[in-house]
Amino acid sequence: MRGDGKLGWQAIRLYAICVYLFMFLPVAVVVLLSFNANQFGAFPMTGFSFRWFEALWNNDAVMRAFRTSLILGLLTALISTTLGVLASLALVRYRLPGRNLITTLLIAPILVPEVVLAVSLLLFLNFIGIGKSMPMLLAGHVIFTLPFVFLVVQARLGGIKRDLEEAALSLGASPMQTFFSVTLPLLMPAVAAGALFAFTISFDNITGTLFWKPGGVETVPTQIFAMLRHSISPEINALGTVMIVLTVGLPLLGAALARKLATKRGG
Amino acid sequence: MSIEAREARQPWILLSPALSAVTMLLFVPLMFIVVYSFWLRSAVGPDTVGFYLDNWQRVLTDDFYRYILLNTLKIAAITTILCAVLGYPAAYFIARARGNKVLMLVLLMLPFWISYIIRTMSWINILGSSGALNSLLMTMGVISEPIRMLYNEGTVILGLVHFLLPFMILNIYVSVDGIDTSLEDAANSLGATRWQAFLQVTLPLSLPGLAAGGLLVFVLGASSYITPLILGGPRDAMFANLVFEAIITQLNWPLGSALSLLLLIVLGSLVLVYNRFLGMSQLTRGLG
Repeated sequence: MRGDGKLGWQAIRLYAICVYLFMFLPVAVVVLLSFNANQFGAFPMTGFSFRWFEALWNNDAVMRAFRTSLILGLLTALISTTLGVLASLALVRYRLPGRNLITTLLIAPILVPEVVLAVSLLLFLNFIGIGKSMPMLLAGHVIFTLPFVFLVVQARLGGIKRDLEEAALSLGASPMQTFFSVTLPLLMPAVAAGALFAFTISFDNITGTLFWKPGGVETVPTQIFAMLRHSISPEINALGTVMIVLTVGLPLLGAALARKLATKRGG
Repeated sequence: MSIEAREARQPWILLSPALSAVTMLLFVPLMFIVVYSFWLRSAVGPDTVGFYLDNWQRVLTDDFYRYILLNTLKIAAITTILCAVLGYPAAYFIARARGNKVLMLVLLMLPFWISYIIRTMSWINILGSSGALNSLLMTMGVISEPIRMLYNEGTVILGLVHFLLPFMILNIYVSVDGIDTSLEDAANSLGATRWQAFLQVTLPLSLPGLAAGGLLVFVLGASSYITPLILGGPRDAMFANLVFEAIITQLNWPLGSALSLLLLIVLGSLVLVYNRFLGMSQLTRGLG
């Protein structure tokens, strides 16, 4: 970008920085305010304090919501990843007739507006005798996360070569042995990425969850939503900070650990 | 059974759990609400099974519903345009930057990991009566008491843009990044200015990404109901809020089915038009 483009390029750079600020500034304010000592938790900042985190820790409703979200997220990740990995294997490994159609069918849950998905699942499961409950929530979260897991895993699977498995098979390993001692270890990064994605999406979901959750049960997002209806309390900012640390920090930590392990094994 | 036959069956065995899940938890339920939308809500007891056109007649002729539907499409369209205007230069910068490309990309992915509800409510901290902007203006002495900036259509659009912008940037980025820079150089060497080269080479080639991002933003924007609940006033309901009201508050499930299906038909036809002309591959590329 030289000559006449230079000034234009600087302008684009400035524009991009402003767009990034727009994306992150409000979130940074949430984190900032969560450490505010001010009794109303709003501006001005009067000092640094952990009081809102303490209040959070002692808030039974919030802690219950955390446990619910955690269990729901883990179960969703387990089921969704299993389904997604198996389906990706089929599509990446075999020449299938109608693979485009199959792909479209599998990503259909994100092509349908989430409200419509939520309503249809609620009404149908209720009709066959499964009312608003944890199983309904789980079913909803699984179907909603499946396309994301499928897309992520499929993208990562493409790079794994079939030769290694064929070598194991030709050396006398059974298909089962081959899968568990050759294929699965090679798949692990894809599986982990899919599971992490499913967990985060489930942990964050509110659109469907508000339709499916039984009365009295709250996940973290629906709990925040309920708290917002009263007033914006600094506790919400603290809860936001905790969620950011969980959903951003853990994946980053996981990625860093994975890289460290990989280099250790490689070297 | 021969080995070939087993080989041929294997992929279908691997696919069957996912395909059954999609069938039982999406396609059958969708067909079910088509049937349900022709039933009638009874004042007491279970809904009346049958073939009644009442819900559809109400959904299609009621002025209020039509007004909300059109307003929803308007809000989604404004959101999409704003996302494109904000997102294109940023995406172009990431794609063509040489220095901090990886950092910019990681930062771009970050909002996807930050909770939607946190990002939405964060604007209350900025624009609320005791928020950053009001306290700043008051400290500076510009105003003596807080101005009301929240809870209107503008803040709903702001929230939607903030939520959906990363989808747009990512899609445009994928598209611009795939364009060979030597094409622009060639245009330059043939006498085009940078701006001309951009307008006549890069921009047309990046339109598929812009369209994919636009479709995602429009569909996600038009079907949201949480953002208007948090950042909108009582009169800023969007179409999905009507669905939520009918299903959760009024418990009128047949009417809620018809409303959901209308939203699905409107947004689904957009997706079909898109698919007809551009195909799904661009979309899945951006998501993967």
